[in-house]
Amino acid sequence: MRKTGPVEIVKPRDIAEAVRLVKEGGRPLAGGTDLFVRIRKGIENPPFLVYLGELPELQGIRLREEGAEVGAAVTHAELLRSPLSARVPILRLAISALGAPAIREMGTLAGNLANASPAGDGLIPLYLLEATVRLAGPDGEREIPVEEFVLGPGKTALRPGEIIRSLWIPFPEGKPLSYFRKVGRRRALVIAIASLGALIWLEGDVIGKARLALGSVAPTVLRPRQVEEALVGLPLEPEALRPAAELLSRATQPISDLRASADYRRKVAGNLLLDMAISLSHRD
Amino acid sequence: MKIYFELNGEQQYVDIEPGESLLSLLRRLGMKSVKQGCNTGDCGACTVLVDGRAVRSCITFAAKVRGRRVTTLEGLGSPGDLHPLQEAFLEAGAVQCGFCTPGMILTAYELLSKNDNPTPEEVRAAISGNLCRCTGYRKIVDAILLAAKWKREGRWR
Ligand SMILES: Cc1cc2nc3c(=O)[nH]c(=O)nc-3n(C[C@H](O)[C@H](O)[C@H](O)COP(=O)(O)OP(=O)(O)OC[C@H]3O[C@@H](n4cnc5c(N)ncnc54)[C@H](O)[C@@H]3O)c2cc1C
Ligand code: FES
Ligand code: FES
Repeated sequence: MRKTGPVEIVKPRDIAEAVRLVKEGGRPLAGGTDLFVRIRKGIENPPFLVYLGELPELQGIRLREEGAEVGAAVTHAELLRSPLSARVPILRLAISALGAPAIREMGTLAGNLANASPAGDGLIPLYLLEATVRLAGPDGEREIPVEEFVLGPGKTALRPGEIIRSLWIPFPEGKPLSYFRKVGRRRALVIAIASLGALIWLEGDVIGKARLALGSVAPTVLRPRQVEEALVGLPLEPEALRPAAELLSRATQPISDLRASADYRRKVAGNLLLDMAISLSHRD
Repeated sequence: MKIYFELNGEQQYVDIEPGESLLSLLRRLGMKSVKQGCNTGDCGACTVLVDGRAVRSCITFAAKVRGRRVTTLEGLGSPGDLHPLQEAFLEAGAVQCGFCTPGMILTAYELLSKNDNPTPEEVRAAISGNLCRCTGYRKIVDAILLAAKWKREGRWR
């Protein structure tokens, strides 16, 4: 029980040093809530770890008029305490469903993203808000959309030596309704069997625009754009959304695993859309 | 590697091994209230406070507490001098095997330091990541609500 294996942790002074160490083979470490467990289970065995959690340049949330820049060292709990989570309810809904209080105190949103799990709860709002990832690497900085950053389960577009510096989260236009629900076996600490997040803009009595993001039903978080388009013009009522729910079930590419079968996941995905209609139409 | 940190109010200057967890370090230092349950961050038995905030020591690298303030149950009270939270757990019958208790009490301590009048729902949310296989949780929630009442009455430290 004593050790995880002899992993040295190096604390760089600034981004430039962090990038150099990561280029040399060091593995970025933030909250460690994913990485520590993977190392302990022997799934990974990095030569050494580069602790980014205290780098000054990665701290803090900067609110701008059009959005917010979230430093890579910002924890889920910091996000939930910040004015940003009040300004963007979908962030609050999804992140307060992640893990348990102590996990949110330790884990970061950037670590959740870099982990690139299709079940990552923090990824759902990032996909919905069309966030971008600001990277620092040996060749300088670049910025790419979240959807291009995540390539597959555990796979990202990070190049050798690159680290996430911050996430840029644009504020949505107007005042969309927000929905998030994950289905698992109990409330705290679950990895989702399936999850759905949504932003719905109403125009009068009908849906004017919709964004949907699904977790755990495909190799990455999924934006089913045909379904988003199919929702436009429909009233926000379960009966009216039934065909769209079927379309949504068919848009998923789930796997069967210990937690649920592919068929069950497909069905849950469709039902989540109906649940969204019910819960958003009872919002007053 | 040697690190300085504060443990229950006392300065420590200790050797840590590469990759050592905070759980392992604290138990080596004699803090036997810190329990190892799952060792993967799931159960909460190893919860300690770092700078007043509850973390899971089993998945925290010991190197990360350099210069920080760590509190274990030993820092709240001792058998001869119980902390009000410990008394509340006894009074409410919230302890059976006791394995989850240190983590529960430290989690509750953090909650009450921010909010001394929590609703039962807020108490349940705060301990939602701490598993107890014995009590069914109700008496734990009762204990924390009782301690909150004592805190509001000034019976606290
Ligand atoms: C008990 C428990 C419950 C959990 N429950 C949930 C849950 O409900 N939902 C959920 O989504 N997740 C859950 N998780 C997983 C985990 O807590 C989250 O994914 C968390 O956000 C990871 O952040 P971290 O800072 O701890 O990442 P770390 O573990 O430090 O790192 C994760 C990965 O990201 C990389 N990385 C970190 N920072 C950077 C950076 N700046 N640049 C480049 N790469 C980087 C690391 O190299 C590593 O590959 C749970 C974990 C535990 C232990
Ligand atoms: S022993 Fe640390 S959470 Fe279970
Ligand atoms: S009292 Fe036994 S685990 Fe909680």
